[in-house]
Amino acid sequence: MTDMTTATGQGSAPPPGDGPVLAVEDLHVRYGGSHVLQGVSFEVPATGVTALLGRNGVGKTTTLKAIIGLAPRTGRISLRGKDIQGDATPRIIRAGIGYVPEDREVFGGLTVDENLRLVDPDQGVNAPIVGRLFPDLVSRGKQRAGTLSGGQQQMVSLARVLLRETSVLLIDEPTKGLAPKLVTEVADVLAEIAQRTPILLVEQNLPLVRRIADTVVVLDAGQVVHRGGAAELVADQELTRELLGVSMRRDGAA
Amino acid sequence: MRSAAVLKALPGVVILAVLAYLPYVPAQLPGILPGRVNGPGSLQLLATCLVIAGIALSYDVLFGRTGLLSFGHALFVAAGSYLLTISLADWSLPLPAAVTVAVVGTTLLALVVGGIALRVGGIAFAMVTLAFAQAASIIVLRNPSGVTGGEEGKSLNRSAVPGLLVGVANAPYRYWLALAFVVLCLLVVTLLVRSRAGHAMAAIRENEGRAAVLGFDTYRVKLLAIVVGAFLGGVGGIVHAVVLGGSNPHVTTTEFTLALLIMVVLGGAGSTWGALLGGFLYTYADARLVELSGAGFADALPEVAQQVLAEPLFVLGLFFIVIVYFAPAGLTGLGGRLIRRGRAT
Amino acid sequence: MTDFLLIMVTGLGLGALYFLAASGLSIIYGLMGVLNFAHGAFMMAGSYAGWLTMSNLPSGLSVATRLLVAVVVAIAVGAVIGLLVEVVLIRPLYRHHIQQVLVTVGLSLASVAAAQGIWGADPRTVEKPEWMGGTTVVLGARLPNDRFVFILVALAVFLGLLALLHYTRLGLIIRAGVENRTMVEALGINVHSTFTIVFALGGAAAALAGLLYSQYAGTVSPAQGGSLLIYAFIVVVIGGMGSLVGTAVAAVAVGLVQQLANFYAASGVGDLSVVLLLALVLLLRPTSLKGAHA
Repeated sequence: MTDMTTATGQGSAPPPGDGPVLAVEDLHVRYGGSHVLQGVSFEVPATGVTALLGRNGVGKTTTLKAIIGLAPRTGRISLRGKDIQGDATPRIIRAGIGYVPEDREVFGGLTVDENLRLVDPDQGVNAPIVGRLFPDLVSRGKQRAGTLSGGQQQMVSLARVLLRETSVLLIDEPTKGLAPKLVTEVADVLAEIAQRTPILLVEQNLPLVRRIADTVVVLDAGQVVHRGGAAELVADQELTRELLGVSMRRDGAA
Repeated sequence: MRSAAVLKALPGVVILAVLAYLPYVPAQLPGILPGRVNGPGSLQLLATCLVIAGIALSYDVLFGRTGLLSFGHALFVAAGSYLLTISLADWSLPLPAAVTVAVVGTTLLALVVGGIALRVGGIAFAMVTLAFAQAASIIVLRNPSGVTGGEEGKSLNRSAVPGLLVGVANAPYRYWLALAFVVLCLLVVTLLVRSRAGHAMAAIRENEGRAAVLGFDTYRVKLLAIVVGAFLGGVGGIVHAVVLGGSNPHVTTTEFTLALLIMVVLGGAGSTWGALLGGFLYTYADARLVELSGAGFADALPEVAQQVLAEPLFVLGLFFIVIVYFAPAGLTGLGGRLIRRGRAT
Repeated sequence: MTDFLLIMVTGLGLGALYFLAASGLSIIYGLMGVLNFAHGAFMMAGSYAGWLTMSNLPSGLSVATRLLVAVVVAIAVGAVIGLLVEVVLIRPLYRHHIQQVLVTVGLSLASVAAAQGIWGADPRTVEKPEWMGGTTVVLGARLPNDRFVFILVALAVFLGLLALLHYTRLGLIIRAGVENRTMVEALGINVHSTFTIVFALGGAAAALAGLLYSQYAGTVSPAQGGSLLIYAFIVVVIGGMGSLVGTAVAAVAVGLVQQLANFYAASGVGDLSVVLLLALVLLLRPTSLKGAHA
């Protein structure tokens, strides 16, 4: 049980920097017969990157989906102190959450510009932030997103959520399956985004976590087993192996 | 354990015994049955209700037990029915041979059609089965070489059938034949549900992906469900042809399959007695609602409303929508809920 | 040669009707995963709305004028019915696809039965403008004029829908939703209003199809919508669910195959060859038929 959530529980719009931007309390998810999340509680501070870690299949992706209402859930979720657990997905998103799913999920049949215009009907690929962070996309506005490389698709997926004013971003394994050079590029972009907007990041790549994350939340078997600073966790080999075990291995077989 | 199983089967056995005894009951049930209970009119109506109930149960093997939404089950009922009447009339086969042709032919047809249709899943499967059944319906209605009788239907070659099964006076025997068919369906479905294949079907219905992960060969299990359903449906078609004295093109139509779907959902999908009850009540209502709507209570309504209410399918269609919304487990599920609620208070 | 030309034009005309019937069905399925059995009822509503309009307008007006008014009325009726069905019956069962199918099945049975109760099961004759009943001689072939009307109307609807899909925000959301509805919602876009509009559009197209089909047949009857619906289903499956261009191609293919087989083989073979075409498509490229939905 966290005690900080109640402190910011009232008041419709506390100033940024005051308390967590996102608070999850006693979150449960049941799919069919299986109890995937069993009372997950954590907070995302109003600045920096919070990494959500854990072995494969412990419920990291499910946690993100549950927050925005894509998984059937019970519990309490508040965004800037306002409860959102009863709302439908589009409403939660418009309340100020950006979601970048695992596997990017760009619309392959739509052009890059159309992918972006879904969120920003007026500017699309011409929005200043796209030119600043993803210059590569500007020249590919008319290209079908399905024909882009994995790295470029990730850029589209990230750009989509930056076109709207958001309080927090939920980003699921943005470097999955990318070549090392691209991993660095994505990491640079994430670090730059984090200057303005707090991020809840699911990531398997520990060096990247060490580089950009400030705090970590570790899940195991549907529950939070560790909270703390990112640097301390990554520095502690013993603890890392104990908490993350299999996911340290490159092959990820489990 | 054994005695518990016997106790559980007891209500079913009692119901079947009562049904088997009906041809000896001379009572009048005005408004409910035409004439005496054991009169030919009543027994003919009840026999039809029983056959359709059995066919509904055969459809439930696909829909309720395996979660396969097929819109083509009429194809197999029609195959059984028409193969029988055609073998008897045009190919002059003796009855046992004709029945064999009808049953084997239907089962093989199910293997081929099921084999192709199962290449797609979900709603696409529904559409493909619909198209195949529609093709059969078209063939039957076009009446190639005068074999199927077109819209008139194909009458049963009475001389090839034992005397006990033809003629108005022998209605009780046709009624018992229909009841025997229901018992056959009950036995086959009960055995199937308890078998390993039955568990696999249930697993597929709940979550096909997980069933595959658990090591079930989902394609073969689904094909088995189609073949068993088609076998029972084909036998149902045969009995239907005997009870009604011929093959009726109505059993080839999409409306017939949709009616089966409605029956199963009305009674309770995935419940043996539910499917039987749904089939029985639907057929009964379809036959009797016309007379009931003329029974006086609707006189105060405007003429147009009376005409609409006189259409059994209008009433049944609306009732069905209400059931889907408010009692998704069907009438048997609703009954169970009421009983539990009664006990709780 | 003249026979061939007649068959081609008739096949294209029928294909045009199939397209009108199938287009709404395909988009509704692609976007919402709803197999809409009530689409036949929408068509029936269109044909009866047209017939009633034509017979109730003052007979002083020319048949063509009354037909034009009837088209407008039918489209409006179809759109309103589609909208109501989505809001009242489909929406409460959101994501329960089987129940949604069941409800539309119940609705189609009940509405056909209602029409039978009100207007009788027998076909009623529909007035046809003289010009549409006539023929035009092209390259020696006497081609019925109504076929050209069907083709032109379907072409206009096809181009209109294509423009809608590619040049409007609604179309953008529909195309994205057909591909991945969940992700559209995860970008903060409410797809419910899109569903309603798509159902209204599908209802309007279906009603137009029903009215034109009654012109083709010369009669209206409660069973018409159902028989047209079967072909619409086949067209949707062959065309790949949710694809407008695929639906158009499949509709033309089905119309042509049906007419060619009916003429060169035997009457009735056409309907069977359509089913055969479906089986072939299924065997050759089963994956394309799973639709945009997983």
